[in-house]
Amino acid sequence: MQWQVTFQVFRYKQDGSSPRFDTFQLDVRPDEYVLDAVERIWASHDRSLVFRHACHHAGCGACGMLVNGREKLTCKTRIEQVASPGSTVKLEPMRNFPVISDLAVDMGAFYAKIEGTGSNPIRPGDPLIDCETNQPVPSPVPTTRFADCIECGLCVSACPTSGTDPQSLGPATLHAVFRRAVEEANGLNAETKKSLFDMADSEQGIWRCHAAFECLEACPSNVNPAAAIMELRRRVLAGKLGLLGRS
Amino acid sequence: MDQLQTNTFTGNRGKILRDWFNPLRGGLGLIAFVLNRVTGIGLVVYLALHLVVLSRLFQGEAGWNNFITLARSPLFLMLDVILMAGMLIHGLNGVRVALVGMGLGVKGHKATFVVLMLIAAAVLAYAAFRVFTA
Repeated sequence: MQWQVTFQVFRYKQDGSSPRFDTFQLDVRPDEYVLDAVERIWASHDRSLVFRHACHHAGCGACGMLVNGREKLTCKTRIEQVASPGSTVKLEPMRNFPVISDLAVDMGAFYAKIEGTGSNPIRPGDPLIDCETNQPVPSPVPTTRFADCIECGLCVSACPTSGTDPQSLGPATLHAVFRRAVEEANGLNAETKKSLFDMADSEQGIWRCHAAFECLEACPSNVNPAAAIMELRRRVLAGKLGLLGRS
Repeated sequence: MDQLQTNTFTGNRGKILRDWFNPLRGGLGLIAFVLNRVTGIGLVVYLALHLVVLSRLFQGEAGWNNFITLARSPLFLMLDVILMAGMLIHGLNGVRVALVGMGLGVKGHKATFVVLMLIAAAVLAYAAFRVFTA
């Protein structure tokens, strides 16, 4: 089964020309992914289209963009989820990031903020489970896994506070602070822990959040930055009131 | 970075503001955020107007009585109801923000918002009735 779908694609080049939307009509299968359509536009219609992509399995976070105005990781968004036969799909770069060209945004400052937390994207793995007994089995070597956050930036794009104030740390960075200061607190020295909570408790940290919870709605990787921010708030507040240590 | 345009932090404040009011853009949380901002700005404007109005006291009894006559007009009473709507929405939404900020009701923040806004609507309906009939 093939659907004819019109794609309205945001175009912008740093040559002084005004941003515009280009229209491409494609015959697509409904179970294809939006990223497949973007790649086909690039391959068959316009080789100058700039977009970010890499792994194609929701692991790298490179292909985030606005699909019909909502933040989507396009490699895991099927066309049937955002379109119907004969409909139009609008593709734009993420909000709250500088646009480099077309659908590609500059993630440099975003990555630098996350790196500034010192959070390690590689975490201790979950225990291996014996599929017959459903019990944990000892692993011959320590297991590891990647953190759930794939640093796609969709939470920052969705966050109205990040749109209002570019200096705010934003959901992903605050979640990284939470990961390191709370979830991975064992082994952290007191000075590092204090600096992480000071980062969270700063003017651009947890108190800039206005509890819109859009980061939670946008996250394609089951991370809950909003809950992390609220937990940091609770701990900072309790620490200030002397009700709880910051550990 | 100065050359980069559209959706940027610095380049398109108008689009950022318009996006706040785009119903397709976000969920219930964004509506709560926008309501809080709009009512917050409205209450600040009201405070300024309130102080201006109070300054009529400097014009003596006649000036103040003239204002009271105006304040009892249906249009002014409607503005009172709008003011109460702003106070209720901002105050009760603020309760939600305070609760989730203390780690309470984070998972149920949408339900909390809906319940608080229903309370706001009920109180507002009663208050509006009293304003126009008392």
